[in-house]
Amino acid sequence: MSAAFLVASAFLASAVEMVEALTIVLAAGLARGWRSSLVGVGAATLALGVVVAVLGPALTVIPLSTLRLVVGALLLVFGLQWLRKAILRASGYRALHHEDAIFTRELEQAEHAARVDRAGLDWYGFTIAFKGVFLEGLEVAFIVLTFGSTQGSIPLAVAGAAGALVVVAGVGLAVRAPLTRVPENAMKFAVGVMLTTFGIFWGAEGAGADWPGSDAALLGVLAFVCGASLLFVRLLRRQRRTAPATAEARA
Amino acid sequence: MSRLRAFGGFWWDFVVGDDWLSAAGVAIGLVATAALAAEGIAAWWVLPLAVLVVLAVSLRRATR
Repeated sequence: MSAAFLVASAFLASAVEMVEALTIVLAAGLARGWRSSLVGVGAATLALGVVVAVLGPALTVIPLSTLRLVVGALLLVFGLQWLRKAILRASGYRALHHEDAIFTRELEQAEHAARVDRAGLDWYGFTIAFKGVFLEGLEVAFIVLTFGSTQGSIPLAVAGAAGALVVVAGVGLAVRAPLTRVPENAMKFAVGVMLTTFGIFWGAEGAGADWPGSDAALLGVLAFVCGASLLFVRLLRRQRRTAPATAEARA
Repeated sequence: MSRLRAFGGFWWDFVVGDDWLSAAGVAIGLVATAALAAEGIAAWWVLPLAVLVVLAVSLRRATR
């Protein structure tokens, strides 16, 4: 059960980040030329490989209870951020995430940026692609390493992320456009729920608590997080109908 | 110094983001869980409760 949950979580979280990275790379490639952008993608992939190669073995020597405490805390902090934004989007307090709008904005910025050549590359195209892939990829690397090491199976988590890479890159290459039909907002909601669920479960175990029912309690935590999130969406929708949203929350 | 600050700022932004109150709530929840567990008291319920409270407060601040 937890193996399937692990692969699904790694796949979903990775897919969401990769869709966002693809949008940035497409905009950089179309506006600034593919060579500089693809070199940026390659350099970012290399840098991520170094991060994983250094952090991966380091995580395996940390005692499991300490690892679960630290990872649980980090996943909870991440998960709550994702969940808060997802609930605000679902209740109408925050604009939905639209890849086509982001693509248009990135493309416009890339088209109007001045050209500076460094090392035979268009520097803007290189840095935009590098930053897009590295920053989104850093979250993927973090999720894969922490999920994998805490569950005792980095290969399973890597398999989930690799599956997402194949699907997103494959579809991206085929359509050569931002993946606007991916249900990204629903996926972000699911990722927020999963990160928070694993965060609660591992954080409590790492802090010394015992779950009733052992690993089976994960399903109970998942149901609790889902139920609470949906309840908050319903409450905020009702609140929004009676009181107009503030400009800050809409931003 | 400014590079060190930028490095620290990057990681603060990456981990804590724009809602430090949630991170503080998580830390308090974990400390409370550890304290109860050390006394031999069942503490599995603390983090779910903490998440509920943190999320409620965070959403209230965001929609106020």
